[in-house]
Amino acid sequence: MATMVQLEINGVPVEVPAGTTILNAARLAHIKIPTLCYHPDLKAGASCGLCIVRNGNSPKLLRACCTEVAPGMKITTHDADIVSVRRTVLELILANHPNDCLQCPRSGNCELQTLAADFGLRDNPFPREVAQLPVDRSTPSIVLNPSKCIKCGRCADVCQHMQNVWALEFIGRGEKTLMMPAAGVSLNESPCIKCGQCSAHCPVGAIYENDETAKVWEGLRETSKVPVVQIAPAVRVALGEAFGMQPGELSTGKIYAALRRLGFKKVFDTNFSADVTIMEEGTEFIKRFTSGGKLPLITSCCPAWTDWMEKYAPDFTENFSSAKSPQQMLSALAKSYFAEKENLRPEDIFMVSVMPCTAKKFEISRCEEMSATGCQDTDVVITTRELARMIKSSGIDFISLPEECADELLGHYTGAGTIFGVTGGVMEAALRTAYCLITGEKTPPSIVFECVRGMDGVKEAEIVIGDKTVRIAVAHQMSNVEKVLDSVRQDIAEGRKPRYDFIEVMACRGGCIGGGGQPCGATDEIRAKRTAGLYRDDERCVLRMSHQNPEIQALYKNYLGEPGGEKAEKLLHTHYHRRPVYAK
Amino acid sequence: MAFKNYILVCGGTACDSGRGVELTEALRREIEAAGIAEDIQIVRTGCLGFCEKGPIVKVLPEGTFYVSVKPEDAQEIVKEHLVKGRVVDRLLYNHKQGKSLVGVEGIDFYQKQFRIVLRNCGVIDPTKIEDYIARDGYKALEKVLFEMKPDQVIDEVLRSGLRGRGGAGFPTGKKWQFAAAQPAGQKYMVCNADEGDPGAYMDRSTLEGDPHSILEAMTIAGYSIGASKGFIYIRAEYPLAIKRLETAIAASHEYGLLGENILGSGFSFDIELRFGAGAFVCGEETALLASIEGERGMPRPRPPFPAVKGLWGRPTVINNVETLANIPVIILKGADWFNKIGTEDSKGTKVFALTGKVKNTGLIEVPMGTTLREIIFDIGGGIKDDRKFKAAQSGGPSGGMIPPQYLDVPIDYGALAKIGSIMGSGGLIVMDETDCIPDIAKFYLDFTVDESCGKCAPCRIGGRKLLNYLGRICEGRGTLEDIENMRKISDAMCRASLCGLGQTASNPVRSSLTYFMDEYLEHINEGKCRAGKCKKLIRYKIDPEKCKGCTLCARNCPVNAISGSVKQPHVIDQSKCIKCGACFDKCKFNAISRG
Repeated sequence: MATMVQLEINGVPVEVPAGTTILNAARLAHIKIPTLCYHPDLKAGASCGLCIVRNGNSPKLLRACCTEVAPGMKITTHDADIVSVRRTVLELILANHPNDCLQCPRSGNCELQTLAADFGLRDNPFPREVAQLPVDRSTPSIVLNPSKCIKCGRCADVCQHMQNVWALEFIGRGEKTLMMPAAGVSLNESPCIKCGQCSAHCPVGAIYENDETAKVWEGLRETSKVPVVQIAPAVRVALGEAFGMQPGELSTGKIYAALRRLGFKKVFDTNFSADVTIMEEGTEFIKRFTSGGKLPLITSCCPAWTDWMEKYAPDFTENFSSAKSPQQMLSALAKSYFAEKENLRPEDIFMVSVMPCTAKKFEISRCEEMSATGCQDTDVVITTRELARMIKSSGIDFISLPEECADELLGHYTGAGTIFGVTGGVMEAALRTAYCLITGEKTPPSIVFECVRGMDGVKEAEIVIGDKTVRIAVAHQMSNVEKVLDSVRQDIAEGRKPRYDFIEVMACRGGCIGGGGQPCGATDEIRAKRTAGLYRDDERCVLRMSHQNPEIQALYKNYLGEPGGEKAEKLLHTHYHRRPVYAK
Repeated sequence: MAFKNYILVCGGTACDSGRGVELTEALRREIEAAGIAEDIQIVRTGCLGFCEKGPIVKVLPEGTFYVSVKPEDAQEIVKEHLVKGRVVDRLLYNHKQGKSLVGVEGIDFYQKQFRIVLRNCGVIDPTKIEDYIARDGYKALEKVLFEMKPDQVIDEVLRSGLRGRGGAGFPTGKKWQFAAAQPAGQKYMVCNADEGDPGAYMDRSTLEGDPHSILEAMTIAGYSIGASKGFIYIRAEYPLAIKRLETAIAASHEYGLLGENILGSGFSFDIELRFGAGAFVCGEETALLASIEGERGMPRPRPPFPAVKGLWGRPTVINNVETLANIPVIILKGADWFNKIGTEDSKGTKVFALTGKVKNTGLIEVPMGTTLREIIFDIGGGIKDDRKFKAAQSGGPSGGMIPPQYLDVPIDYGALAKIGSIMGSGGLIVMDETDCIPDIAKFYLDFTVDESCGKCAPCRIGGRKLLNYLGRICEGRGTLEDIENMRKISDAMCRASLCGLGQTASNPVRSSLTYFMDEYLEHINEGKCRAGKCKKLIRYKIDPEKCKGCTLCARNCPVNAISGSVKQPHVIDQSKCIKCGACFDKCKFNAISRG
């Protein structure tokens, strides 16, 4: 039990556990202290200077975001003097900001814009000086517009400490400070893994997804092609947020309906190909596990993670599952299996995927194997945020849409497919099927594998399957991954059998539900709601194991043959190679 | 004395840059040539302080004090003084004024000084540990290790009243107490030698002249707080200080005064150097720690204070060089001896780098409570060219401008804060009537804007905006509204910036707006710069009555803005004039006016 601290905030007695910051304590007193650089995911950087408060009569102001409460504090959060200092700081920030809100990707959910509105800023006494700096559009995933940057440092903190990527850094000093890769290289030449967590944490429009909605509109206008779309698991529990729904509220049916109204002829679901992934990756695992192949097997559904591994941990290349990600599997099957059924050539299909992820934009052209059907399998990737904009700009009243179903052939999914969007989900789905395939039993003793669920950075477990024990680890948020790899490296170096047989990695905190392409402003509270949404979707499903999916069974029976067979190998598998950390 | 004479040659950076090394070599050669090498010992000491008159050579035992000595003078010093015993009169202080002084006793510069920190500077050879030991060096360490418990040491420092000399003046003993109170485990002792104020060189001189005093003090501090590891964070631009420290660390290892089981006491402590790349902000303690850890030198929020969570999250004490230099003396002479020096508010002495428009620039050490007037007019010998004193800036770019009405305020931490300045680390820059206040404020702000780390918004943006306003005012484009906005920004910077750099960066502006508003108003309302510094506001005019038509001005004008025939009054074409002032300086008939 933590020691409690008593203090007063604006005259109201408050009792909070020791170690609580003034900012969080103030929330208990129903006071919101303004912040700009602070983000609950990150250690307070204390850079913006807006959260200043006064203790007693002290002339020195404290930063509420990083100052812990002390017994007997008498905190004033708002008075004319404090508000006036805050206002000046805000005016200074705005004086150096382009203030082109009307054309900014963050208009409407920009934290700076909100503050300016809350403070009722109408004119600024300080002269405008906005640096005109080149925009970095070098990656297919993220755009870096330094002119809009307010130097809060969130992106660098996320990139370095949450994601262990170290692509973004404070460069230069004073007024010339920029957030960018070191040594003046572009983002694409940097170690950037395109996870987009920087964009999800940026309070303003300085880092955002590469908007490809125009390409989608163009593809939809192209009458010679059949527009086909897939949606990823995590999209269905987050897209609604853009329309006022609660995080985690399932809107799968409405999304299908909206996509049809946007003009897509076929609406498929990435959850289906998640089930395929289990068939392929599960088979690969069972093969390696039972016949002494290279272990641990490591999941490769996450393109940010595979990019990181190719740059920072190429010694694990052979441990990677060669199974493609569900996105790439679905696109390959759409342009082969579906195309053949419909008598279409692969190039007749315009394949769009809606992803919670910016790295998916990079994945579609990461190597030649992403063009397994003779042309690029996925044509365009848009993020959840981009789809929300397309729906809004089409005048579709999302909330009142009826629930529709996905199209057959590549649209049906099991509960195992939908939990791919959350940390531990791929592992859980694989365990459900592996258990049945290894033991020959119909279902595992419990369909839920509680040990792989939850927000712990690394989850470890030993799962008994028949007479065998499978040792697993699940890691999410890149900063948690290296220690898992290091422990395996240590085992190998010391001549032991690696401590894990199977490792799942997702680059983003919480898994894809916290992806870099999801609606901005995710916190652990929001992540938990989205996670719960996917687990509800799983529970709702009659079939909860991938191999039970009738469309999967039909796919193998009618088209692919065996999992891991020749056709599957060509369409559904890929390879990984060492890449330099800095391309330049 | 084993030698007949000792020749102390100042080995401070200022004297070195005045050909001090060459001078030493010349002396050595001449001594050899004269065949008296066995009788004479040359000692390269640390800074003697009187940089204005460097290079300085002091001949012992009689203490003859030669100033502005050149390598060419070596022969005469050797042949006349050392061989024949005749003082070289022309090299003595004030020789030209006909009041030659042989020793330092009569030299104003050294009166009123009281040396604790600089006790060994200019006295010992800083490369010889034996010299330091001969002057009671490491005696305090021995006393601490064998006669005192850690809390007794801390108590002694607490009672001494010593306050941090790095700027903020936090009681040193309290800092140690906080760190000592943390649970045992890895703790660190850090010496902040990242002196970065323009014109300040107190810490550099101490390290160059007496490196062992810092090592000894750090070891004492380490013993008191329970740290086994120390770091000296020093600017890479201080090569001589680094070299002296490296020599000193190696020697103390050899003597068992550093490293494992010091003097057999069972206490182990070691010191490593860490080089800073010259960023001013790295003198801020949390930025300094970040830099040592290999991260970008940017301040971190406090609390937690370093004494609780410092280097790599471990309890860390950070003391400045000058603070530490006091420690061995406090231990040996006692807190009660030390706390009788100075004022109620601030005990001991303070070292200042006295620069600017003062006759005797140099490094001085005076008891706390000495007035500015004593420092500038007695020690400093008054204003150069006997012009009028306008202001003094204490605390470097983070300090405030002190106007003439406060010349008699006894200087200590509290008194300076009361009049809108800070003690800072001890840079003291004197301004006279030819200095323009808004221009000086601009100069300091230019420095802090350049040195801002860029992390926090008030400092990064506010500093630049202030600088822009000052630029406008100096160009005669300022408005009264600008003054209001400057006050607003200064206030926000001071109260909402994260670190000391941002919080104090506006001090030159705030203080000058308080004391020198009339100069700002003159710039704004009358378009006038009384000091004649703001080029955009001055006009050079030739008085046709006084002009003799000598053509000197026209010949010296770099842009051919002056025309006129010989023996006829000349005229300046204002559209061409670049206000360089060459004509003004050259005119022999006072025919050119500036206004």
